[in-house]
Amino acid sequence: MENLNKTPILSLKKLCVSYTPGKFAVNNVSADIYEGLITSVMGPSGCGKSTLIRAINRMHELYPDIRISGNIELKGRDLLHINPSEVRRMAGMVFQRPNPFPTMSIYDNVLAGYKLIGIKQSRHEKDELVESSLKSVGLWDEVKDGLSKRGSFLSGGQQQRLCIARALALKPDILLMDEPTSALDPIATNLIEELLVKLKKEVTIVIVTHNMTQAARISDYSMFMYLGELVEYDRTEIMFTNPSDKRTEEYLTGKFG
Amino acid sequence: MSSLKYRLFKNKLLTLSVVIFSALTAVPLVLIIGKVFLKGWRQINWDFFTKTTPTTLDALLAINNNQPIPGGIANGIVGTLMMVLVASVIAIPLGVMCGIYLSENRKTKFSTVVRFLTDLLQGTPSIILGIIAYLWVVIPLKGYSALAGSVALAIMMLPLIVRSTEETMNLLPASLKEAGLALGSPYRSVVLKVLLPSAFGGVFTGILLAVSRVIGETAPLMLTALGATTIQWDITKPASAVSLLIWEFYNDPNLQSMIWSASLFLLLLVLSLNILAKQLAKKWRI
Amino acid sequence: MSDKIFRSLLLVSALILLLIFAGMFFSLSKGAVPAFREFGFFGFIFSDKWISGTGQSTEQYGALAFIAGTLMTSILALLICLPFSLPVAFFVGEYFRGKKVAGILGGIVDLLAGIPSIVYGLWGFYALRPLIQSLGLSEQGFGVLTSSLVLAIMIIPYAASLSAEFIRMVPQELKEGAYSLGATRAEVIRNIIFPTSFSGIFSAYVLALGRAIGETMAVTMLIGNTSRIPRGLMDTGNTMASIIANQFGEADGLKLSSLIAIGLLLFLITAIVNFLGRLMIKRHSV
Repeated sequence: MENLNKTPILSLKKLCVSYTPGKFAVNNVSADIYEGLITSVMGPSGCGKSTLIRAINRMHELYPDIRISGNIELKGRDLLHINPSEVRRMAGMVFQRPNPFPTMSIYDNVLAGYKLIGIKQSRHEKDELVESSLKSVGLWDEVKDGLSKRGSFLSGGQQQRLCIARALALKPDILLMDEPTSALDPIATNLIEELLVKLKKEVTIVIVTHNMTQAARISDYSMFMYLGELVEYDRTEIMFTNPSDKRTEEYLTGKFG
Repeated sequence: MSSLKYRLFKNKLLTLSVVIFSALTAVPLVLIIGKVFLKGWRQINWDFFTKTTPTTLDALLAINNNQPIPGGIANGIVGTLMMVLVASVIAIPLGVMCGIYLSENRKTKFSTVVRFLTDLLQGTPSIILGIIAYLWVVIPLKGYSALAGSVALAIMMLPLIVRSTEETMNLLPASLKEAGLALGSPYRSVVLKVLLPSAFGGVFTGILLAVSRVIGETAPLMLTALGATTIQWDITKPASAVSLLIWEFYNDPNLQSMIWSASLFLLLLVLSLNILAKQLAKKWRI
Repeated sequence: MSDKIFRSLLLVSALILLLIFAGMFFSLSKGAVPAFREFGFFGFIFSDKWISGTGQSTEQYGALAFIAGTLMTSILALLICLPFSLPVAFFVGEYFRGKKVAGILGGIVDLLAGIPSIVYGLWGFYALRPLIQSLGLSEQGFGVLTSSLVLAIMIIPYAASLSAEFIRMVPQELKEGAYSLGATRAEVIRNIIFPTSFSGIFSAYVLALGRAIGETMAVTMLIGNTSRIPRGLMDTGNTMASIIANQFGEADGLKLSSLIAIGLLLFLITAIVNFLGRLMIKRHSV
């Protein structure tokens, strides 16, 4: 097993998230995510994996009554106590269903992160950014002749890659992905998985997945969550071949899903 | 580059503006209801409901003698009651059946046309309906009548009843109808004894809303019912209505103070029906 | 009663609705023929004269003054209501969506829709008019501006509740996508929510315009009842609805036919506006 350079970039300390008082969707999770690697978060439905990563980029604040405690630090900055707008530029997110903005062209979609908050860029800067972002997700050749077309005309897989490009255009430190391929067909899924493996050198990736074989395929580290708790967190190879917790083993062998 | 501070400031500013301007829309409501209430409540007594409107001479005498104006709006109340009742008798069966038809035949071209025309009918100004009732009832009957007024009101009520019936029926699960038919019941029984009772809540609130809509109408009645000074129950003769009385009081310098009590009565009636309909709709949410 | 008869009854009720609409168009047209024959179809529409002569030779009628009055009051009302109804729509559909306070504001705005037109007219006459007079804007206080102000209040509920629907319909995932890029709420509204719901919001205002166009009593009481094209916001005039309300009762012959012709025009204009509004709603949902 190769030796991985482990530099923590994101650290979670005793993170708790609850929707109703007393019931924890995420219960006391502590872990360090390592830079330049793909970390997957697995677990059965309702185990808290989505809640966990949505807490990192403060998406839970869009909904009332959600309580959060603990500590999240990204590159030394306390994510829970700086402005959410700043947090979200450091931690980008890709959602389960591709959500390109239907009123914008492909070109504008890539630049949406800048356009939305009113950052002015020169035409040259914009063109460069669009080209490099689309190239990094392998979309450039497919759409370069139709950049002014609406994003919604692309296929599901292309739309999702557009969303990844849109997130990457902001040059985030970490990319949070919430089951990004579960709505896509196998070919599109494969393309994106290959893409992620290439991208991890530029941006740390944390990917929530309900598909354990996906985790096995692409991730370097894996987290297994169950009922809100972080049951096991280890090198993927180790976790899949020799899990230390019984619950992990049962999940991986399909005793429950 | 827009600084974070500036963006957050703009955000707060927008939120504040939205809240302030939204709150301002409550102001006219308070002002209007307040004024009507303050100026009208003193004149509401037993006579108000039981006596007919005074003549302008009676009112003048009362004013000169510093006495409260005698009389009430009984003729208006009776007229409104009568016309709304007749309008309902016309509009409810017709509207409910049409609504059932549209719900049972959703995708046909004919239904699309009827649905579309119903919407257009709903948007038709009430004065036009007054003209229509004038042409269709007043002229043939050679005179103004409560019936003409009822016809105008009935056409106004129709679209609301049709739409609410149709929409409520659409919400019913298909399994309900299938279960009824599977038991061998004839179609009409399934509709009348299974579907309609289940849809009752929505249909009833639709009727309530339609009634509250027409009770306050004045314009179409001006061209059809004309008005009357006595309480009368003959629908072939002109009739009064509370809204018409308000218009008469408005035009008569001696009856000015009665405007407010009549308006208060009308306002309370309409708003209570409105609120009742909404509460029932919430309670009976299918 | 056999099923066949029942089904036929349902069909007949839908047919009756169709016939009512067609009949309205037919009767209005028939009644308008004398006027159109006398003045010519386009001659009538584009003539701003309204002179009741002592004999048929001096009578001159035309719809232009009232079309102008209608357009001026309705469009102005729309503009005035915009800065209030739009915030309400965002308050209810986005900022406080699902929360109790949104229900309260929604309820208040709905009550505004329930107030009868004549009560609005009374309030406008007794409360708004003196205000306009004291501001020195107009001697008598009647006119386009006064009517438009009251009209604006009357259409706020229609514009607001329908727009709120479209704002609510913007998919959550689009908003989350925008927030995840670091946008503030104001930025999400400006760049995502508003553009996405725009055609729906626009159609809501088209339909509100249709409502304003047909409004009768409140405008009749506030616009000043002069039969010429208003020369400015403070000038008096008449709308298509108000001239009918004012003069139908005592009209006959050519004048009656002219009023019916105006009614036909009003009917057609509101039908077209409503048609366009609903067409846009259909397009938006695609």
